[in-house]
Amino acid sequence: MLEPVAIAKGVVKRFDALIALDGVDIAITPGEITGLVGPDAAGKTTLIRILAGLMSADEGELSVLDGAPGTSLEQLGYMPQRFGLYEDLSVIQNLELYAELRGLSTEEKPETYGRLLDFTDLARFQDRPAGKLSGGMKQKLGLACALVKTPRLLLLDEPGVGVDPISRRELWAMVKALTAEGIGVLWSTAYLDEAEKCDSVTMLNDGRLIYAGDPSGLTDRMKGRVFSAGSGTLDRRQLLAQLLDESEVLDGTIQGSSIRLLTRNEHPSLPGIHLNSLAPRLEDGFMEVLGGGPGGTSALADAYTRFDRTDAPAIEARALTKKYGNFTAANQISFTARPGQIFGLLGPNGAGKSTAFKMLCGLATPTSGTCSVAGHSLKHTGPAARQSLGYMAQKFSLYGDLSVEQNLNFFAGAYGLKKAAARNAIDKVVEIFELDSRMRTNAGVLPLGYKQRLALACAVMHEPPVLFLDEPTSGVDPVMRREFWVHINGLVSRGVCVLVTTHFMEEAEYCDDILLIYRSEQIAMGSPDELKAEAGRIAGLGDPTMEDAFIALIEASNIDTKNPRKAA
Amino acid sequence: MSSNLARLDRRRLAALIRKEAVQIVRDPSTLLIAFVLPILLLFIFGFGVSLDANSIRVGMVVQDSSPQADSLAQAFRASPYLEIEESPAIQPLRERLVANRIRAMIVIPQEFGASIDRRAPLPIQVATDGSQPNTANFAAAYVQGIYGTWIEQQGMAHFAPTVGVNARYWWNPELKSRFFLIPGSITIVMTMIGTLLTALVVAREWERGTLEAMMATPISMTEFIASKLVPYFVLGLGSMALCTVLGIVVFGVPLRGSILALFLLASAFLVPALGLGLFISAATKNQFVASQAALFSGFLPSFLLSGFIFEISSMPKVIQMVTYLVPARYLIPPLQTVFAAGDAWGMFARNIAVMLAFGAFFFFLAYRTTRRSLD
Amino acid sequence: MGRLKAITIKEFWALLRDPKARMGLFLPPLIQLFLFSYAATLEVRNIDIGLYDMSQGRHSHELVQQLNGSPNFRRIVPINSPQELRQAVEDQRVIAAIVIEQDFDRRMARGDPADIGVVLDGRRSNAAQIVASYITRIAGGIGTQVKQLGEPESVRVTNLFNPSLDFLWFNLPSLIVMLGVITSIAITGLSISRERELGSFDQLMVSPLRVHEILIGKMIPPLCIGLLNGVIFITAAQLIFGVPFRGSYTLFISALLIFNFALIGVGMFVSSLSQTQQQAFLGSFLLTVPLIMLSGFSSPVENMPDWLQVLNHANPAMYFLPVAQGIFLKAMPLSAVVSWMWPVVLIAIVTLSASAWLFRARME
Repeated sequence: MLEPVAIAKGVVKRFDALIALDGVDIAITPGEITGLVGPDAAGKTTLIRILAGLMSADEGELSVLDGAPGTSLEQLGYMPQRFGLYEDLSVIQNLELYAELRGLSTEEKPETYGRLLDFTDLARFQDRPAGKLSGGMKQKLGLACALVKTPRLLLLDEPGVGVDPISRRELWAMVKALTAEGIGVLWSTAYLDEAEKCDSVTMLNDGRLIYAGDPSGLTDRMKGRVFSAGSGTLDRRQLLAQLLDESEVLDGTIQGSSIRLLTRNEHPSLPGIHLNSLAPRLEDGFMEVLGGGPGGTSALADAYTRFDRTDAPAIEARALTKKYGNFTAANQISFTARPGQIFGLLGPNGAGKSTAFKMLCGLATPTSGTCSVAGHSLKHTGPAARQSLGYMAQKFSLYGDLSVEQNLNFFAGAYGLKKAAARNAIDKVVEIFELDSRMRTNAGVLPLGYKQRLALACAVMHEPPVLFLDEPTSGVDPVMRREFWVHINGLVSRGVCVLVTTHFMEEAEYCDDILLIYRSEQIAMGSPDELKAEAGRIAGLGDPTMEDAFIALIEASNIDTKNPRKAA
Repeated sequence: MSSNLARLDRRRLAALIRKEAVQIVRDPSTLLIAFVLPILLLFIFGFGVSLDANSIRVGMVVQDSSPQADSLAQAFRASPYLEIEESPAIQPLRERLVANRIRAMIVIPQEFGASIDRRAPLPIQVATDGSQPNTANFAAAYVQGIYGTWIEQQGMAHFAPTVGVNARYWWNPELKSRFFLIPGSITIVMTMIGTLLTALVVAREWERGTLEAMMATPISMTEFIASKLVPYFVLGLGSMALCTVLGIVVFGVPLRGSILALFLLASAFLVPALGLGLFISAATKNQFVASQAALFSGFLPSFLLSGFIFEISSMPKVIQMVTYLVPARYLIPPLQTVFAAGDAWGMFARNIAVMLAFGAFFFFLAYRTTRRSLD
Repeated sequence: MGRLKAITIKEFWALLRDPKARMGLFLPPLIQLFLFSYAATLEVRNIDIGLYDMSQGRHSHELVQQLNGSPNFRRIVPINSPQELRQAVEDQRVIAAIVIEQDFDRRMARGDPADIGVVLDGRRSNAAQIVASYITRIAGGIGTQVKQLGEPESVRVTNLFNPSLDFLWFNLPSLIVMLGVITSIAITGLSISRERELGSFDQLMVSPLRVHEILIGKMIPPLCIGLLNGVIFITAAQLIFGVPFRGSYTLFISALLIFNFALIGVGMFVSSLSQTQQQAFLGSFLLTVPLIMLSGFSSPVENMPDWLQVLNHANPAMYFLPVAQGIFLKAMPLSAVVSWMWPVVLIAIVTLSASAWLFRARME
């Protein structure tokens, strides 16, 4: 075992009354990726800032690069959550700046820039301002800036949030390559599949250390408790809801046409269910440590209006096209989503997914084509169409400086709920989302999970037949994500149509239909299983995951076009 | 960030300054403050604010039909200082006065001509609109002046005061208010660049998280502060030069002192202005709050309490005490001097010393606040 | 109606919820009211003046006594040489210096006309002119006393509405206008751009709220705050500063309301145009300065060049300033108020429609 590049013992950090870190230990070994995982507000960012010397710990022993934190900054690479790029500066100017700050010699420059631009595939964009790059590219540039002078220790704070699977995979490969040179990497993430690939993980909850060691140590404990479940009679959503209410079941997710279950014991008694054993994942271990996911019944759905599952489309898009000058952001997008369906809009960052989403909910006017929501054309009966949709934005977009109660009151009123009806709707969502203790808190200072709950609450108070959710679970920990999907599943079973975008491929599995958008075009549409099958056919994969399918379909589309992005 | 004060690596500093320069060029709001604002201010003060009331609209009632009354009325009509509006009766003019359409009214009384013949003139009456005291004063003075001249021409010079006042206005015999408005505008512009712009720019780095990445690199506190100081210092001097050139070319203000003195004074003032801006940004870390704070602690005092338009000596004691804490107060007099009068090094040196002392204090605050910022 | 109510209440909370922000709406205007009313004075008082008396006789002493007796002069600094005189003026220790020639006393005693010289600091031409007029008045008085003729007043000056020409009587009504401009434009300027930057704008746009509901909802709170501030100022002006209010309250409040509509229109226009708060802030600032400086507060509108006077027709403060002063001190009647305020109504209509149009056009 090599000497760690950074080691911390018993780190305590308090912010006034709040204890952000409560006796945390961590060791970062050179040549390895150490994963730092935990739910929101677990203390991940605070720990990274302490290691980078940006904050001082109140208690604990720290040795970073053979000294106190902040003393050997020449050998430290650090990428903060928002990448730390200057948006007005071009790619090359950002690199140049960090190269100078880190004292890269003039002779080394051409070689280093060449290598980093090649490595990040940003050579073609080197004169573009950083602010105009897509999320994935920004992230790579942020990494490149942290790497201009090869550090001994690299600290990455949630590099994967809001980034598509392809970029995430590429980033992983880049960092992995670095460890071969002996760099010690700390990778903080809310994605358990990323953490699973780390050489070791440190897991925090509420500022306390709950696990440290090889990820398999946690995974192995779950052996024999993970199953694929099916039943001949019930549809998968109903089955999931039913299974999650079983005391035997700790956690469950939809995976294609079947259900993935984590049970309390090795031999669960679940009559009438066919169980097949599956290999456990780190996420299973994480869920167990946190005490399992929520039950399967959505109180929100139970109190919701029931909509008929007619064949009349809930959302209909016909040849939607959006042009900005001579740039086409979305071209000829057409699809139909019916009541009682989850429709997924997927695609890499900057592919045109957001533009399509905006046109569908009326935030952008299509250059040509039409779309309607619940039978109302967005163009001609805008307010009526908007009355029948609920919307949850990607970034928190409620009023941060108003209290929870004021936000609820406003949105009830904005959707035209009369006094008594508004009172009722608010009481209901407050109870369902357990907001009562926080009614007077400013929405802006809520923990992320509560913010998302409040955003969903505001979107559904008027019980619309159609819901638009734009990356509703971005950056949210797995437990919170489960809760979210329980509500969505419940609503769908009441006949609500949900349009969702996401970068979590496990979540794409919940969709009935998926539309894949890439380079402004729709390149594939179908159920998750259909897409996986097609991807399997194209790429010759047997039983691909959703992520494999996503990547295969996009790469296939690259080969089709005249300018292949990269020789796959 | 390394807290080593003394470290100043030329390459790192150059890179940081280059970065800042690129940002200045790319950001429209920076250019707005640095170049549009100065021109706007200069034009407003140069053209819009003229404190020399030169043409006042005044109503006139001539109640006497004698040739003398007519001749006096003609004298008023001919004056370039008055714009006469005549009426046969007082009441309509009074209404015009209330409606703020005229500033004063003159009444030439009945029997005026006869009284002149008797060489015991009846007084003419002037009623001014007291709701605007300055204009009222000017109006009364003009009427008195014209009357005085007229009566002298009538051969009744003995009414003229025995003690004459022979006034000489040094440096500005034509009494152009631009002579103090242009230096004042320069002070405001440099305050805006030094304090408001710097505060906004650094607060933006806090907001966008770039400062966090910066602090994890080997740059030192001194390098960071210097990298903010140099570009905005240059920008401030650039704006000052622009204002000076415009002032001289467009508004005809002389520059009787040396360019060296002008630059030394401007540089000395930029030190506290920039220091305050850096301090505000580190203390607020939020563009909106920083902009408000910069307005209240930078712009308003420079405008109101510097002696630029409003005479400090006329203010109540307490407010006069406060003006001693406003760096702009120490720039306005030497700047007016360097433009209108010439170099007065003794006075310049004293004021420069005070401004630099303020600067040192603000930089000390900025340094301390930035250092303990993330915690 | 329910929707309009909801957004209006929300806008009120957005302005008033945070205690610091709440203070920010009322405290700074009040502080500015006090500061401006005392500091923003174009009067010249407490003057220090130099005296280079080469005559040293009875009459020159009398002049000194007269100067000392005047409330406008604070100190008389004796000067003994031309060099000293130059230094004192140049360093701005005195704004003016009186030079009395050696033969002054002799001439006065003989009853001949005599002159005194006054050197004034031309760098501060405005203050210098006023000082010169003070000195002229006092010197004129001396002459009359010497002759003891009891000469009749040749021009009888009455200052209507403000007999003692108290500057505060001018300042306070004007400040209601100035502070109205600053506060209303600042508040509305940020209202839309803030939502754009923080992301809640999209949330508004997908709700069934109509554009006019959003705009009206955003107008009502600043309107109320503008009126409330106005009422506070009127009260303070009378109770604290002793400025008489002679006109009709109803008329004043109505005019203030119209004025605020126009200001909110201007603010809203800037806000619809801006993408970020910073742009809105700078935009508001760049507009506020000319609106105030060209209103006629710091110098008469008639003094401006013609082209600027034409431009100034779009400045609501230029119309409301005489109305505020007029209703306060002169009991300006309805007809006169209407003759001033109708262009403001026009400005309000134009700016508000323009911002609604811009709001629609820049929705994406």
